[in-house]
Amino acid sequence: MSAIIETEPAVFPAELRRHVGLRETLSQTLTMAYRALIRLRRTPEQWADVLIMPFIFTFMFAYLFGGAIAGGVEAYLPMLIPAIIVQGVVQASAVTGTQLREDMDTGVFDRFRSLPMARIAPLAGALLTDTIRYAVITGLTMLVGMLIGWRPGGGWGILVACLLVIITSWSVSWIWALLGVKARTAGTVQGIAMLIIMPLTFFSNAFVPTSTLPDWLRPVAEWNPVSHLITAFRELANDGVWGVDVWWTLLGAAVIVAIFAPLAVRAYMRKA
Amino acid sequence: MPSTTPSEWAIEADGLVKAFGENRAVDGVDLRVRTGAVYGVLGPNGAGKTTTISMLATLLRPDGGSARVFGHDVVREANAVRQLIGVTGQYASVDEKVSGLENMIVFGRLLGLSHRAAKAKGLELLEAFGLAEAAKRPVRKFSGGMRRRLDLASSLIARPPLIFLDEPTTGLDPRTRGQMWDVIRALVGGGSTVLLTTQYLDEADQLADRIAVIDRGRVVAEGTADELKGLVGNASLLLRVVDAERIDDTVRAIQEVLGTTATVTPEAGRLTAPMAEPDRITDLLIAFRERGIRLAEVSVEKPTLDEVFLTITGHDAADQTESAAADDDQEEVAA
Repeated sequence: MSAIIETEPAVFPAELRRHVGLRETLSQTLTMAYRALIRLRRTPEQWADVLIMPFIFTFMFAYLFGGAIAGGVEAYLPMLIPAIIVQGVVQASAVTGTQLREDMDTGVFDRFRSLPMARIAPLAGALLTDTIRYAVITGLTMLVGMLIGWRPGGGWGILVACLLVIITSWSVSWIWALLGVKARTAGTVQGIAMLIIMPLTFFSNAFVPTSTLPDWLRPVAEWNPVSHLITAFRELANDGVWGVDVWWTLLGAAVIVAIFAPLAVRAYMRKA
Repeated sequence: MPSTTPSEWAIEADGLVKAFGENRAVDGVDLRVRTGAVYGVLGPNGAGKTTTISMLATLLRPDGGSARVFGHDVVREANAVRQLIGVTGQYASVDEKVSGLENMIVFGRLLGLSHRAAKAKGLELLEAFGLAEAAKRPVRKFSGGMRRRLDLASSLIARPPLIFLDEPTTGLDPRTRGQMWDVIRALVGGGSTVLLTTQYLDEADQLADRIAVIDRGRVVAEGTADELKGLVGNASLLLRVVDAERIDDTVRAIQEVLGTTATVTPEAGRLTAPMAEPDRITDLLIAFRERGIRLAEVSVEKPTLDEVFLTITGHDAADQTESAAADDDQEEVAA
């Protein structure tokens, strides 16, 4: 079994690069995304939540609250579907953090750390592939909504809304990536993420109009970044309107990436 | 270009320190590994071997001291160092969920090969390591030996001039272990420098040009296998008696003639005893004949590294629990 090794002498690289260039960083990120894609294909159980959640949540909220809040299921859907999508993808983005933690606990990350590769690539690659999961949740929830009577009139705005929610979730997943790199176990990541996500998605304009909230809670719900994303999605998908909330959302997403991506990479390098 | 010429030293480490909380896992390790050599780092579990390798391979940042790989600092020039090394860990650093070939493709791509080249290289190495048939299977279905081979194959994609092998044969069956030794020898034949850690004294003896004995985060002895053996004394007497019941008489005879205490090994009837002058064996053999002790086997050898370890560190190379049990055995025999 050692025949080939004898014929191939060790190679001393002609030139040693002190840093990884931008083009290599991109190529390595895509390779890591490719790896995540293979893993995603090989582990069907990772699809369970993505495939089932849109059905359960849409039915549950539509038929439970539709009558009480909007006087009927169909009247509630234009408000509900965007909320279900945003809640779904934000929760799915937390799964990114737990999976990163699990992945990092396996020995293969030792090899990644020993390779002359950009430190951001393992994180960015995993996060990139997870946008596929966000897209599936978004598409499925819209489909379920349309089956039970949602008729969005946004035209191209629908597509823009989907892109907006996927980009935003990708940005938010950097927060969970930082948590994933720092936390001791995957369970910790999951626990902390849910502790943040639950109040953030419910103390918003997601399921009830903010006008029904008590005075002290209303400003909270209106300032909540999740509310801006939901409003942006509603306006784009239902009416095809690019409102001010789209800008707020994009700004928020940019700020999150600017803060958390460097922090996550630095934390990852510390571990290395 | 100065970076292209291999320097005399593949590894220079000065006073490396790594502490995990209160525990100084590595407590001032100095190493000099000559380019083209096999260097063995020998020590029991928890001695700091893996932590030392991790620092040299840029996986851990040292808390103190410095280290250079072919003249490049492992902290300040980490990316340069990573282009010169391959690391094979104690626990296989491969992806369980994907196939052997997919592992090789990902690693090859990360090293800058095209998809096609990475696949070709991957197939070539899998073939060389007898893993061609398993190339498409997910790694979690591999046996321990297959995993280890895949791990080593992954380290050789770029044919790095320095290869770290952290306990490459721990847990392998003797046959696979022998194959691994052949691979290591072949690597050195191809001009690679190899730093290997091991708990097996015979492994260091077999493979390494030089050996550092490491205990509790410190290098306690360094030299060639022969030099280390020389530390313990000139010779070691090995014998096996025909009648295992006469073993106490044999020990007594050795005590009287040589003045040293023999150690009884677990196998029935086997004894080893340190011997200052090989010449005295004549007296001993005469004493055995007078007492009617019949020998099945007798030899005078250089001491084993087990004995070296015992002499240098004052305790056994094996785990604490095992050495405690061995002490009990010896007391029973002596009593």
